[in-house]
Amino acid sequence: MANFHPLKELLLCRIRAFYREPDAVFWTYGFPLILIVGLGIAFRTKPPERIRVDIVAGAGAEAVQAALADAGSSGFAAAIHAEAECRQRLRRGHADIVVTPEVGGGWSYRFDPTRPESVLAKAEVDDALQRAAGRVDVVATRAHAVTEPGSRYIDFLVPGLLGMNLMGGGLWGVGFVTVDMRVRKLLKRLMASPMQRRDLLLSLFGGRMLFTLPEIGILLLLAALLFHVHVAGSILATIVVGVVGAMSFAGLGLLVAARAERIETVMGLMNAVMLPMWLLSGVFFSYERFPAVFHPFIRALPLTQLNDALRAVILDGASLGSQWFALLYLLAVGAVSFGLALRWFKWV
Amino acid sequence: MTADLAIRCRDLRKTYLAGKSAVEAVCGLDLSVEPGACFGLLGPNGAGKTTTIEILEGILAPTSGEVEVLGMRWGTGRDQQIRRRLGITLQETRFDDKLTVREIVTLFRSFYPDGQSPEATMAAVELTEKATARVGRLSGGQKQRLALACGLVGNPALLFLDEPTTGLDPQSRREVWKIVRAHQARGATTLLTTHYMHEAEVLCDRVAIVDHGRIIAEGTPADLIARLGGEHVVEFAANATGDGGAAPAALDEAALAALPSVTAVRRERDAWLLTVHHPHVAIPELLRRLAGWQAELNRLTTRHASLEDVFVALTGRTLDADDATADSSAQGTGA
Ligand SMILES: Nc1ncnc2c1ncn2[C@@H]1O[C@H](COP(=O)(O)OP(=O)(O)O)[C@@H](O)[C@H]1O
Ligand SMILES: [Mg+2]
Repeated sequence: MANFHPLKELLLCRIRAFYREPDAVFWTYGFPLILIVGLGIAFRTKPPERIRVDIVAGAGAEAVQAALADAGSSGFAAAIHAEAECRQRLRRGHADIVVTPEVGGGWSYRFDPTRPESVLAKAEVDDALQRAAGRVDVVATRAHAVTEPGSRYIDFLVPGLLGMNLMGGGLWGVGFVTVDMRVRKLLKRLMASPMQRRDLLLSLFGGRMLFTLPEIGILLLLAALLFHVHVAGSILATIVVGVVGAMSFAGLGLLVAARAERIETVMGLMNAVMLPMWLLSGVFFSYERFPAVFHPFIRALPLTQLNDALRAVILDGASLGSQWFALLYLLAVGAVSFGLALRWFKWV
Repeated sequence: MTADLAIRCRDLRKTYLAGKSAVEAVCGLDLSVEPGACFGLLGPNGAGKTTTIEILEGILAPTSGEVEVLGMRWGTGRDQQIRRRLGITLQETRFDDKLTVREIVTLFRSFYPDGQSPEATMAAVELTEKATARVGRLSGGQKQRLALACGLVGNPALLFLDEPTTGLDPQSRREVWKIVRAHQARGATTLLTTHYMHEAEVLCDRVAIVDHGRIIAEGTPADLIARLGGEHVVEFAANATGDGGAAPAALDEAALAALPSVTAVRRERDAWLLTVHHPHVAIPELLRRLAGWQAELNRLTTRHASLEDVFVALTGRTLDADDATADSSAQGTGA
């Protein structure tokens, strides 16, 4: 007679139930890919933008336009308009700067100091016009334009999306699945059988780990093929960081599922856990943009630790050892959540 | 002696605390089930059947009272040992829609050190043809048979079934009965709950009628019916002659109770139900009186008394109207 192994059977059921659920497969594997492709195209590296200069019509306007056209790099798009129109275009963001030739010679600039491109425009236009008027540089300088791989938006985005995906996978794959079993009274039925709780927990976490590997693989592969985002560090280190992150969020998933008896409850809890991390943990933009006082709080979020570690390994080629703090932190979050979950868990 | 019983419980109580209010779901229930018996807990919705059976299954903890299952007590370090010898179907379990019958039966088989093969179990519940079908594609009756398979696959010495046929059509219900009887024939003990009186009569050697968390009567179905004081029920409806529908004035409970061989009288909508010892004595006399009262008979049926009648006699209530109809249609009684 065949030999039956409960953990093996539980794990098999977990895997089959997952791969036979098109929704789960889409949200785990498909959706992040769509995000990457969409955002990758939206934020693809464009040729440097030209500075849009409006010149107020009148005496000397043409001279200014000609001077800007002759300027070395010719990064200017200069046009002549009536004064009122120029002001309106600046206000609406159609122009970066307005140049008004003065009656006695010289120019006045109208620009918006809160807009970085406007400030840049003032410096560049002034520089170009001064040189055209005959200014000689006191010291010779040379500029080298370089674009480093790994510094594009897509490079920033890929590890962030990977982290986000691991977070969602852990919370859904353990939290939602557990409450769903409870709602269907399947959990109760299993507890009424001689099944070991340990085997059920192992199958939930084991299943999660198994789904993680293709998750990491597919995402990184697509990013490499479509956008040439390459892993600077070791692939193994990336996988280790990813798996540790997935473990951490699987622990959190079990915690949100510990007592919830309705799907709505666990969904609410999951959103409450995930939303702050989506916004703050540097998925789509760097958390450095938030005021520094918030940084310690933001770094305490597990997704921040995971994203930072993933970026360090994927983009900077950091070693696993250098990420010891993030890894320990993630493991601790997972272990503490797991412990609390077991303490509060409603089995039947 | 207690070790000889399959189930024994004494003064079982369970109080649910829901916010500030407390619900006494089970209040002082005693139960003894002999090995090899099929024992039925019979009662309306909310009687405390599920609470009782889940305490016996070791899923719920009682508020107080003693429980012994197969000679062992829950929470004394032998829970796994007990569970290996129990087969269970809960009142409601929804298995994964995406998994197949064979996968689920195999999963449950893997929890038991000994048991039947999944193939034999599927054959026993007549699901062999559906072995590779996903749960989402099964009918209600097939899902219930799958639940039974999960209960049977560990070859249980004691089978607990909580409302095994609720919501099933008569055909599916009979299939479930067949499976339970076949299991019973192998010498195992079964405890089931139901609110279908007929189901208890068909399946059970002994029944306990439960109401408001207490047992109000216990015995073999035949015993309980005999205790009614009459084994037959005569049901009739009558109108006053020519008077287009109104009941004849002289027709009342006292007059009917005075008829020979009648032991009880009750009213159900437009009909009167008489519990009688000897229909051949009571009916001619009833017809004679009705003629004297200027009453016209528009319906008359007789049937054997059922547990349903016992329940009504004991509680003064009938069961849920819908279920009662489904129940009597399954019996096929009538004129
Ligand atoms: N978890 C619970 N919390 C509060 N009250 C409950 C709970 N479960 C059952 N009850 C109440 O206990 C009583 C008995 O319920 P139950 O055992 O399910 O009856 P039955 O199975 O006979 O229909 C009912 O009044 C029910 O509302
Ligand atoms: Mg019930």
